[in-house]
Amino acid sequence: MLLSEIKSRPTYGSLSPSPLATRHIVAIEGAGIKAFEAAFAGKAALLGRTTVVFTPSPDMPPDTLGRLEALGVDALHVSPSVETLLVRLAGLLATATMGTELSVTGSENFIGQAVAVGMAHGIGHRSIATEHSGSLARRVQCVHCKGFTGGVTESPVACGHCGLMLLVRDHYSRRLGAFMGVCIDAEAPGDIPAPEAFHA
Amino acid sequence: MSGGEDFRVRVVEAENVTPTIRRLRMLRCDGGALPPYAAGAHTVLTLETGGPKLRNAYSLLGSTLSGGAYEIAVLRTEASRGGSAFIHAAVGVGTELTLSTPVNLFPVHHLARRHVLVAGGIGITPIAAMAAELSAMNAPFELHYAVRDEALGAFAGDLALRHGAKLRLYVSRRQERLAVREILQHQPLGTHLYVCGPERMIEAVLGDARAAGWPEDSLHAERFLAPAGGEPFAVRLARSGLMATVGEHQSLLEAIEAAGVDAPYLCRGGACGQCETTVVAADGSLRHHDHFLSDAEKAAGDKIMICVSRLEGRELVLDL
Amino acid sequence: MTIPFRTETFRGDFTFSNSPAAIRRFPFPFDRDAYMYSVNIEQHVPGRVQTTTEFPIDIDEHYVAEMEDRALVLKADPLRCQSLPHMITAEWDLLELLMTSMARHYPDHFTLTCDGDRWHWVNRPLGIDQEFTFGEAATLPLPPMEYVTRQCQGDFCLLDQRDDNLWMDAGIVTTQADWSLDFDLGMNFIEWHGPVPLAHDLGVFDRALKFLMNLQQGRPVRRLNWTMTINPRLDTSPENYHLWGVDKASVTPENVGDKVHLRVELQALWRLPRSNAIVFSIRCYLIKMDELVTQKKWARRFHRVLRDLPPEIAGYKGLSRFRETTIDWLARHDDGAETSPGFGPD
Repeated sequence: MLLSEIKSRPTYGSLSPSPLATRHIVAIEGAGIKAFEAAFAGKAALLGRTTVVFTPSPDMPPDTLGRLEALGVDALHVSPSVETLLVRLAGLLATATMGTELSVTGSENFIGQAVAVGMAHGIGHRSIATEHSGSLARRVQCVHCKGFTGGVTESPVACGHCGLMLLVRDHYSRRLGAFMGVCIDAEAPGDIPAPEAFHA
Repeated sequence: MSGGEDFRVRVVEAENVTPTIRRLRMLRCDGGALPPYAAGAHTVLTLETGGPKLRNAYSLLGSTLSGGAYEIAVLRTEASRGGSAFIHAAVGVGTELTLSTPVNLFPVHHLARRHVLVAGGIGITPIAAMAAELSAMNAPFELHYAVRDEALGAFAGDLALRHGAKLRLYVSRRQERLAVREILQHQPLGTHLYVCGPERMIEAVLGDARAAGWPEDSLHAERFLAPAGGEPFAVRLARSGLMATVGEHQSLLEAIEAAGVDAPYLCRGGACGQCETTVVAADGSLRHHDHFLSDAEKAAGDKIMICVSRLEGRELVLDL
Repeated sequence: MTIPFRTETFRGDFTFSNSPAAIRRFPFPFDRDAYMYSVNIEQHVPGRVQTTTEFPIDIDEHYVAEMEDRALVLKADPLRCQSLPHMITAEWDLLELLMTSMARHYPDHFTLTCDGDRWHWVNRPLGIDQEFTFGEAATLPLPPMEYVTRQCQGDFCLLDQRDDNLWMDAGIVTTQADWSLDFDLGMNFIEWHGPVPLAHDLGVFDRALKFLMNLQQGRPVRRLNWTMTINPRLDTSPENYHLWGVDKASVTPENVGDKVHLRVELQALWRLPRSNAIVFSIRCYLIKMDELVTQKKWARRFHRVLRDLPPEIAGYKGLSRFRETTIDWLARHDDGAETSPGFGPD
């Protein structure tokens, strides 16, 4: 049960839209707008065949929505939450054709869930462009009760469902979009170290 | 290391389906069942031509998911090193041959939501097996088959019967051209493309798919390269201390096998990487013909795929 | 050959133990007095008579009790057996592999009769007589992988090969050494080995992956892996770690011999014919220290291996809490004499 380099954790690159893609679908969470602007701004032809699904986050720059609207994308869908954005994304992918490129930017938690929707629609995970921005908070699955706890910034953390104190293992499942949480005091009940924040 | 279990088989049907394509059906001599295999698999046939022993890879036809007989189809090529000419001239009902356990380097992608199959000429052999397997699985697919003339479309009639409107035939003598871009235009997300045929056709199809924004992960091709010939050269095996000469029409692998060394291989066509061998020294320049090593690895010159690549020069020393 | 099956438990009162014959055939995993992680893969060819590798699928005196324990695990947690939809062909491949091997090598206990796709399977130890149609899942009471692996010792994972990698897309895992099928399902080879220390830096997994991608039908391979378990508990899952973890603190100098077990996994990999998938089998063998030290060579050698184990490996294997106590106990069985080469007892 080590906190070491994480081989199962995805690596995030930077968005670089293919000029060959016939359609771009971009899923953005709040602060991810900066990555989107850096990769797409000024490319009118590209933006003309780009659909954006967007949901705000507390750490996004002021006037994010105004900036998005000003970029001139073909279609912009604003969703009030990650959950509603994912429903919208699934709807778009259900009728998309080959040649469509999916790009995702936002927190790791958000990327994990949006990539899972893309894969469920037949896109290979290596073909989905991702760029991380904003929070490093982790989504954690309790291996005991299987409940998910979001926005986790330190370990150990209490499971939001069964209440066990969980060591957040550096082991990530793309299918679940979550890190693994394992009871930290199983061998010595009550012996719970002070929480430490994740460095990366 | 090399090959899996071998089976002695007897040819039970031999038929020239066209003047240049010969179909063989084979059963085990001892009456046992040949192992089942998945579409895209090939077997390596050992041919005792009287001259040097040849081992050629052939795609298995049809999809015999329940095991039983194996079928292959062999095109007689102008540039034959003796294998296909031997099969056409000397192999008939009753001939006994040795073949290897199937190896699959061109499997159907199990997460694809739809499959576009493209074949040119004799490249139909693995593609026809895929069509049969996908059909049996009720998986959505379409099959595009380009031939020079209908007589050469050895399997066109049978495929049309089995797959109906899912088959599109393109006969170049009738000025019908495979229009890849149109085929690819409206395919739903999650579609995978498979192509087998002449090298130039494969490159053209893959090029069109990339130009249409298809990601690499969705593209699959099988190239069976015949080992390229060339000037003879000497090979020295550093570990076993053996020397051999690689003849004009012989591959390095064949020369090494003839010298009595059991070198590893799977595809014998430059695709799988199993025969990757360390070069100890090379008096001359390496001629890489494989699709496995990266350009950087080829340039570095310390690895060679002995099934298809060779030396242009005097002597090659290998870590074998 | 008729195997006398034992009545025993792997939980609660922990009545599991090995007969003298089972001790002699135990797959002791150390052929020298030190341990370092390595690929150590060899061809899975028949080993000597009366060893665990005599047959491709090993059935032993613990068969019936292990199958009863598996049924209890699955009743409590059905997520221990999962299969993604594209793995159904691989499930049938696995059923064929296990049934044909068990019937061929243990004809007293298992019989398989095939008439085309009409199959008839008889499992005498478990009292099962089943006719079914190969390839038609509705003719079996359970999906093919679950059906056959509820009748075969060992955990089984089915790996799909695509995109230059292997993917753990199906499996039944009820005797795992602290890894979770439910969590690792859908991961690729590099990802599910993520938590293993050191080996990534050595390039071990990249080489192993390249090797396995070219694994051939009819040429299975195997390797041994090991860890240690307190009490003869098969189900040392992370899912239940909050329930069994406390066992690790229960080791005292007085109870080492009975409580501390060496746990050896005989892992084998086969290429499957119809699906082109790979089956990864993990067969678990347990031996308590009291039983282990009946073989002098093993007692000496295991003492030295455990004593000199790099701390990160001891930590990864979860041995830290009882390692010193066990080393002290084993030291009494190590007279310092040289050990002979090879795995087997003297």
